[in-house]
Amino acid sequence: MSAVTVAHDTDGVTIAVFLVLFGAVTIIGFVAARWQRAKTASLDEWGLGGRRFGSVITWFLLGGDLYTAYTFVAVPALVFGVGAQGFFALPYTILVYPLVFVALPRLWTVAHRKGYVTPADFVRGRFGSRNLSTAIALTGLLATMPYIALQLVGIQVVLGAMGITGDWPLILAFAILAGYTYQSGLRAPALIAVVKDVLIYLTIIVAVIYIPSKLGGFGHIFDTAGAALTKKDPPGALIPGTTDAQVAYATLALGSAMALFLYPHALTASLSASSATTLRRNAAVLPAYSFLLGLIALLGYMAITAGIQPSGPNYAVPDLFAFMFPGWFTGVAFAAIAIGALVPAAVMSIAAANLFTRNLWAEYVNPNMTDEEESKVAKIVSLGVKLGALAFVIVLPTKYAIDLQLLGGVWILQTAPAVALGLYRRMHRHALLAGWATGMAVGTALAIDQSFKSSVYPLDFLGLHINAYEAVYALAANLVVSIVGTLVLNALKVPNGPDATAPEDYVAPVDAGGAPLPATADEDRRAGRFQRPASTGART
Amino acid sequence: MSNSRARGWYLLLVLPFIGLLYPPLYSRHDPELFGFPFFYWYQLAWVPVTAALTILVYRRVVHR
Repeated sequence: MSAVTVAHDTDGVTIAVFLVLFGAVTIIGFVAARWQRAKTASLDEWGLGGRRFGSVITWFLLGGDLYTAYTFVAVPALVFGVGAQGFFALPYTILVYPLVFVALPRLWTVAHRKGYVTPADFVRGRFGSRNLSTAIALTGLLATMPYIALQLVGIQVVLGAMGITGDWPLILAFAILAGYTYQSGLRAPALIAVVKDVLIYLTIIVAVIYIPSKLGGFGHIFDTAGAALTKKDPPGALIPGTTDAQVAYATLALGSAMALFLYPHALTASLSASSATTLRRNAAVLPAYSFLLGLIALLGYMAITAGIQPSGPNYAVPDLFAFMFPGWFTGVAFAAIAIGALVPAAVMSIAAANLFTRNLWAEYVNPNMTDEEESKVAKIVSLGVKLGALAFVIVLPTKYAIDLQLLGGVWILQTAPAVALGLYRRMHRHALLAGWATGMAVGTALAIDQSFKSSVYPLDFLGLHINAYEAVYALAANLVVSIVGTLVLNALKVPNGPDATAPEDYVAPVDAGGAPLPATADEDRRAGRFQRPASTGART
Repeated sequence: MSNSRARGWYLLLVLPFIGLLYPPLYSRHDPELFGFPFFYWYQLAWVPVTAALTILVYRRVVHR
């Protein structure tokens, strides 16, 4: 195995192919505004695409949204660096879907009946607590911002690999993204996701057939990578051998799986589905992407076997592609990654804008917005969110975005007792708020104590040695406070807030595959200020 | 839809958690399949298995 350093030369063919594909996607993004457009301007239209996406578009949108460009760059880079430990992304993205199948149809149904757009809307209605819904909204915003910044890092990496340096290409790419998100809302990423997914599937299928054929087959790749990993400092492993490594592996998979659908962008894409049944069907077919992610992770081993010496931690895969593929196909692959960054970045900025508009602006500044004003505020906020992420990446070192994104995963899991368990049980609002604060504090303290070097924390507690994902400890502390607090507050007869939802709101007759029943006037009144979407039951 | 029977079918969805969250089950190199160590192909195999279980539950509980 000889060391290969891939020079980041400017290859005309690669850049031409890249620009053609990027240009095509830009046109789609702007034209998307005309697709299935409603006559009225409202947050339901701009921020949720009118809640009309059928099974196929939902599949593309959720797949394009959850499996981000940064994932495609970072997961194989981690596998390249540490071996098996980075492969936790596979069990993580498998275990997500049983959770989605069980819980999300309930959330979709109640959100549809009550006109909820964000997870914090649901918490506001369910627990009647403005403090709690504000905490949920702020957590969502905090967790989403660095995630958007990381999508930019993904674009930066492929631009860098093509020899394009400087800030202006990144600023241009983001200006285009901001333009069509502003104009088309969620419809833009929904249509672009189709192109993105086709390109990603094409790239990865070609990569996992072509590259191993050049490198002497998978058996040889695993053997060479296994031997090379043991020589790394600190040594990696092909198979997790120690109990510590195995506990870390399992808790990372479980914690990440529970956290994924609490992210505002995941919920935004889910709530845009046309029915609860659409979501159930998607829970069965979305694992196709997880299989793909497993194969993408193995690109890290292929890079080891090819002897790639990446110029930066995230360059393992771009350098592998540039080294193995002819120039034109490298252009396709790089376009796939860059376009792969645009879809989640757009959905995340829309999700953040929805949260800000619904749960901060309407709550504290202007409670009497019309539907049109609400969508106008959200559109402007989506620009601000992206500008913030851009400034973040350009001004601060990449390390901050990565550290904060790691912390974001720990934070977002702390909304689970209110948002996810809230679909089934109603704990006390004050206890939930105290639990959330405890979880945030514990998770942040553990991450800082580790200097953000690892998302796993070794803990010696009551003679036990545990080496688990930080978010899991924080969630445990959160749950203890929430449950004990609820028992105490209920025993003391401290009044809980009003519940705007009724048990039947969670299980609509959509279970049979039909359109939901229209809500009664009484239900609308109980829903408070939340307006029902203008069109119901329109399915594609 | 009878609720208790529906709940029984939902229990199938616990299987992937058992199969994947106890790494000692699969932290092994052998047997290999198509050059993939057991650790890798075992976990990849859970993708179609989980999808199949989900479709089964969907058909039994939701789509009857």
